Parts: sequence; C-alpha cells; structure tokens
Amino acid sequence: MDSTRESEPALMKNNATVERKSERELVVTRTVNGPARIVFEAWTKPELLQRWWAPKSFPISLLSCETDVRVGGRYRLVFGYEGSTMEFFGRYLEVTPHSRLVWTNDEGDDGGTVTTVTFEETRGKTLLAVHDFYPSKEALDGAIASGSTSGMPEALEQLDELLVHLGASAGGS
Amino acid sequence: MVQYPSGRLDAAFAALSDATRRGVLEQLGSADASITDLAQTFHMTLTGMRKHVGVLEQAELVTTEKVGRVRTCRLGPRRLEQETAWIDLYRQLWDSRFDELDKVVEELKRKEKVDGLNERE
Repeated sequence: MDSTRESEPALMKNNATVERKSERELVVTRTVNGPARIVFEAWTKPELLQRWWAPKSFPISLLSCETDVRVGGRYRLVFGYEGSTMEFFGRYLEVTPHSRLVWTNDEGDDGGTVTTVTFEETRGKTLLAVHDFYPSKEALDGAIASGSTSGMPEALEQLDELLVHLGASAGGS
Repeated sequence: MVQYPSGRLDAAFAALSDATRRGVLEQLGSADASITDLAQTFHMTLTGMRKHVGVLEQAELVTTEKVGRVRTCRLGPRRLEQETAWIDLYRQLWDSRFDELDKVVEELKRKEKVDGLNERE
C-alpha cells in the first residue's frame, strides 16, 4: 500500500512510538528503511553505533563505545555531558543475528533492568522494538516520576534517569 | 560553553542539570512560590534565583506571573512529574536517535550496492 512512497522515505515522517506496556515494561518501536541484516549491523558494530546512539541534536556525546556482541560478552559506553562523564555497562544475554539482542544494564543502583531489541523484517524494512523490563513496578514508576519524589538527593535525578535509558539501550550494540 | 542547537530537549537537559533547579521544581510541585520564597528556601540571592527560574522558564518547566511587585512561579506546561511529559521527552530522544540511524542504514545500503557491483566484475 505504501509502495508508491517507498522511493521517497524522506517525505514520510516516521516517528517512534513509546508505550508503557505493563507495570514493568516500556517499549519503543520504529520502522527503519533497510533489511534487518543491515540494521542489526548498525546496532552491533561499535563504530556504527557510535554514530547514531548519541544524536547530534542532543547535548550529550558518546566518548567511547566498546561492545563484545556475543552471549556473555560485555559492553561499556562512556557519555560526556557538560564536563562530567557517565558510564553504562552490562553484558549480552542473547545475541541472535538479525533478529534479537538482549542485554543487562548493570550501572544503576537497583540494576536489573533488561533491554531486549527485536528486528522484524518485512519487504526490505525492519520494525525495531526496544523493550526495557524494569525489575519492579516501583523502579519504572521511579524512572518516570523522578524529580517529583521527595528528598531529592544530590545525585542527578531526572537527568540520570534519562541517561540510564540512554545507557540502557546503548548496550545494544 | 558549547552552543547547542536550540531545542526543547536541550533546554530541558540544561535546566535539569543543576541541583538547585531540580529542587525548585520539586518545591513548586507541592505549591506555587514567589522568587523571594524560593531564594530564602534555597539560601540564595534574589538575582541568583531569578537566573535559575529564567532557565526553567525557557525550558517550559516553569511559568511565572507578576502581580504587583511579586513574581509567582508555578510548574509550566512541561510538567515532568507527569508520565506523558516524561514519555514525550523520551520519545524525542529516540526520534533523534532513529533519524541518525536512518542515515547510517542508508549509507550501508549504498555501500552494499557498490560492493555488489564490484564483485560482479
């Protein structure tokens, strides 16, 4: 049905959707105009991931990016923001070429958030779904509500939460 | 200081990167307050607090209204304690990220095409 538009991807505004699927799960979906094989490559080769994970319109830079994409392999990403750095790290639980990546996010205090990315190819395009499974309802509530909670500690609250998501998904590659 | 492209997301990040400003948001979450009140609560000068509130205002996290000689601050249209606002911010991040990913994927596709042609020769 959209075959006529296929040659003009630039004309389609292709927005990501973000949905809280359950008490513990947040899901981001988006279709990318390319086969899963290529999209998977962009998620798993550090030199490629580095080019898109910290978008240019975003005031955060990715200083280094190491990924050992195999089951049990580790990743580590270092972000810079206004002179300070934050590290995100974890390990890959599942690596199924061109279809599925699962990794842990071990940098947080309560840790335990697991990210699953699925790649689903249809007619040359790939539907990406990024699932963040939080360890508890409270952990996801906390991520969303951060900043409005009482007793704001000196640690970066809202900023941290966003960065945790940056890092969370960052392992993906 | 690096000049970031103007954008709501950047403004929000800049606003939230400061502990005092996060404290101000928390405070305004429970009740509206004047600049004077906030300056007292956070042990700052009026000028200092005005600057912080200005940054929050720019990021649409706070709105202010002057009545007589008192400027009252309240949470702005982008109320971060609301789930939708947070998700909106999160979606903006992913939109930007995917836009960059598109470019990488297009480049890889082009490269593959060229490599394919070369192999056939």
